[in-house]
Amino acid sequence: MATDVKPEAPLGFEEINKYDFRNAERYVFKSRKGLDAEIVHQISDMKNEPDWMRQFRLRALDIFLAKPLPTWGGEIKLDFQDIYYYIKPTDRQGHTWEEVPEEIKRTFDRLGIPEAEKRVLAGVKAQYESEVVYGSLRDELAAQGVLFTDTDTAVREYPDLVREYFATVIPPTDNKFAALNSAVWSGGSFIYVPKGVKIDFPLQAYFRINAQNMGQFERTLIIVDEGAQVHYVEGCTAPMYTTESLHSAVVEIIVKRHARCRYTTIQNWANNIYNLVTKRAVAYEGALMEWIDGNLGSRLTMKYPSVYMLEPGARGEILSIAFASAGQHQDAGAKVVHCAPDTASRIVSKSISKCGGRSSYRGLVKIERGARRCRSNVVCDALILDPQSRSDTYPYIEIEEQDVAVGHEASVSRIGEEQLFYLMSRGLTEAEASTMIVAGFIEPLVRELPMEYAVEMNKLIQLQMEGSVG
Amino acid sequence: MSDTLKIINLHVAVDDKPILRGVDLTIRRGEVHALMGPNGSGKSTLGFAIMGHPGYRVTEGRVELNGQDLLAMEPHERARAGLFMAFQRPVAIPGVKLADFLRHAASNIRRPDRKEGEELIPMREFRKELYAKMDQLRMDRDFARRYVNDGFSGGEMKRAEILQMAILRPKFAILDETDSGLDVDAVRLASQSIAEIGGAEMGILIITHHDKLLEHNQPHYTHVMLGGRIVETAGPGMARSGPELAAELHRHGYDRIRAAYPEAAADEQAMQRASGRAEAAAV
Repeated sequence: MATDVKPEAPLGFEEINKYDFRNAERYVFKSRKGLDAEIVHQISDMKNEPDWMRQFRLRALDIFLAKPLPTWGGEIKLDFQDIYYYIKPTDRQGHTWEEVPEEIKRTFDRLGIPEAEKRVLAGVKAQYESEVVYGSLRDELAAQGVLFTDTDTAVREYPDLVREYFATVIPPTDNKFAALNSAVWSGGSFIYVPKGVKIDFPLQAYFRINAQNMGQFERTLIIVDEGAQVHYVEGCTAPMYTTESLHSAVVEIIVKRHARCRYTTIQNWANNIYNLVTKRAVAYEGALMEWIDGNLGSRLTMKYPSVYMLEPGARGEILSIAFASAGQHQDAGAKVVHCAPDTASRIVSKSISKCGGRSSYRGLVKIERGARRCRSNVVCDALILDPQSRSDTYPYIEIEEQDVAVGHEASVSRIGEEQLFYLMSRGLTEAEASTMIVAGFIEPLVRELPMEYAVEMNKLIQLQMEGSVG
Repeated sequence: MSDTLKIINLHVAVDDKPILRGVDLTIRRGEVHALMGPNGSGKSTLGFAIMGHPGYRVTEGRVELNGQDLLAMEPHERARAGLFMAFQRPVAIPGVKLADFLRHAASNIRRPDRKEGEELIPMREFRKELYAKMDQLRMDRDFARRYVNDGFSGGEMKRAEILQMAILRPKFAILDETDSGLDVDAVRLASQSIAEIGGAEMGILIITHHDKLLEHNQPHYTHVMLGGRIVETAGPGMARSGPELAAELHRHGYDRIRAAYPEAAADEQAMQRASGRAEAAAV
């Protein structure tokens, strides 16, 4: 029998778990390791899903099994049969606060994370106890017709809307990990903003912690209807402490005519994680889609937020920061596809490599036939902090029209002796000076973040920089 | 006893080429010293060596601040001990606002034992102080929000250096050609500013080609550097006063000096040939 409920079951992740958490006192539901049709049926059963979703998952599974691993990007050493694909979210909490390693607790303290949030981040508690605070906000949003819930709930409560848009932006056939996510997805956010409704505060910033959003294979779907506006903030800068080794999310966004969507992500994964995420948005006439994407930690991140501009006047902006330290490979970038005339895009990518870390910018600018008078500008800057570290740039440009303006600038720099000496001559230690230079390097992106995230981002850079100088 | 910066028989090499060949100089707090000399005579090298630039290797000699061995200290420790250098070519730090940088610097220098990550001077308090100094120096307050030296004009950079000096209030300041690249009015403004921010309470070493910068900061002593050593000094109790010698050099150049000190002049020529070869090789 594949499903079992057993007492005192360890989660079984010790072999990949850097901090050696143990849970001894809880009953846990989990599927067995590995992936096949039986597991997918179980997931569907557990969620009590409509049949169309079950069939969708099964189809995706076939695609996943048939597709090869990407031959580019980073090295993926994963045994797909050695992974748990479904753990009931409420059972994720398994350990006690006392068991959380000191290193993680210290980081929380340094970041100034409130007590209640710390426990959620450390996986001790599943839900942030703040329904009272958030309740009124939820009501306010609901009054405007905004739908905001986890995607599992959305499948049950808003089946028509979900079915209309789900997997239309990123079909399972897109890539192996999109197929994997489609087969086993769980959690994630569903947002629908009705025509003309403008939400003037960053959404997730107020609903900051929600364990269901932090799943392993979360699936997010955002629909911004005509003339509407939303800024969604995903994740947070605190170290994501999970016991799983693979995180593979799918984020689909539909930005309708003259609507605007900004999606901000700051992720700081533990060093054992493969973070292989597909994020894509489609933008219609006069719409604006902005991705702001910060990637820290993980063993390998492969993530290229993209914007498909489908109608005239659509715009796409992608700003990304990657920080690669020892044992880490950040293969991050962006894709913009101009499918209509008079569309414009901008990509700004900043990467920092230190202590032997490797960062790559991988980007695509594509201008389809007929997409005349398009503009696209790409700037990617890399900062390398020591000779052991590495940075690469892989810009792909495909243009099928004459009448377009496409610019690409790339720079690679090292922290200069003259900059260090200048700052040190003003009383800064070498470490402080390096940190200041790095913070300055990413400042153009950090200032786009909501205030509290910007502050945390800077503190995080400080933490990352500690001990990086002789 | 007043604070004293003492340079004793200092020899400095850059890329294994000797530049300074035995410099002796003592500066007490409250004194202004002018250091003049032709291009490439080693004036800026002296500044960098005192401040501790890693590219300038001290091969012999000592530098002491109140008897403390400065050469054993890192540049940031020297700064915290009360040393400051206004750069001839200030370095741009893109993305770092001048106000943030200076608050950090001032916090370290006023609390020399401050550890990384410990609290800075409260923002509000510091901003008040910064604006007051900027007003005094007739600098636009917008400067505080601009990135350190990033896209600054020559004049703006030099004024920003003086602003930093005003905030950090060092015991000893080295002004490395603060007048270079500035027009006459800008030099006068800089000169006046140095005096206004309390230059009189510091020990100042002004490295310059011209006497304009000295207008508001009359040097107690003027030193002439040639071929990596100080060959002539004017000041109280000597044949000529500091301002007299500075005025002479500004007006008549260094021919008399070269003639009077042939050995130093020969070293100067050798240094220039070497740097000429290095430049040719670099091209």
